[in-house]
Amino acid sequence: MKVKELSEKLNLKVLVEGDSERDAEGCYCGDLLSWVMSRIKENDVWLTVMGNINSIAVCVLSDCACVVLTENAPLDEDARLKAEAMSIPVFQSEKSAYDLAIEISKLL
Amino acid sequence: MSESIKLHYVVPGDDFTRAGAASGDVKRTLKQLGISPNAIRNVAIAMYEGEINMVIHAGGGEIDVEITEDKINMVLADQGPGIADVSLAMKEGYSTAPDNIRSLGFGAGMGLPNMKKYSDSFEIETELGVGTTLKLSVNIE
Repeated sequence: MKVKELSEKLNLKVLVEGDSERDAEGCYCGDLLSWVMSRIKENDVWLTVMGNINSIAVCVLSDCACVVLTENAPLDEDARLKAEAMSIPVFQSEKSAYDLAIEISKLL
Repeated sequence: MSESIKLHYVVPGDDFTRAGAASGDVKRTLKQLGISPNAIRNVAIAMYEGEINMVIHAGGGEIDVEITEDKINMVLADQGPGIADVSLAMKEGYSTAPDNIRSLGFGAGMGLPNMKKYSDSFEIETELGVGTTLKLSVNIE
């Protein structure tokens, strides 16, 4: 499923649109960046509370599909600018990683 | 590719906003060269961990990358404090990163272990008070 379609079905708030036409194929939850980077798969939707510029770098380097900031975790301004420059879609939701992951598993 | 391609990067100290710049650039270059996605991912992860380590622990450093016909060689050198106990530092979960670094999502004690995990050869030279040099290579399948 395309990131755009998935984000609409999950009612995610769009913080950075980025390349929302790319495919989302799986999901990964985690906040420790090195841990995430070594385990997240290409085209995974990444659920995290880490909205800093390094999260965007991890997303770029691991080729994940998009970042979803859970429980309304904020996106830093420099992270927003970096995500725009790198075309990384970033979303926000009031739901927890657990609740979102359950919904994503039903959709993908 | 008859001749190797050489790239050089300076990693500034204490600037997390620029960490990832070198690994991102190498990733783009490797993509343009048509290197396999798996090798690119391995190089990107290993180099990013190296950049972050330099920013957290060493006040920056320098990275040299050489792309040859069959592998990608990386030399990451810093003039930081050196590593007191390499075998501890290589253990997943062991970290000396301060709390402010942990709040940024780092300091999981995965840096060096990830670098070793994602490279096909890994050498570490370190001396207290002098610095640390890592030599890594990733094979191109």
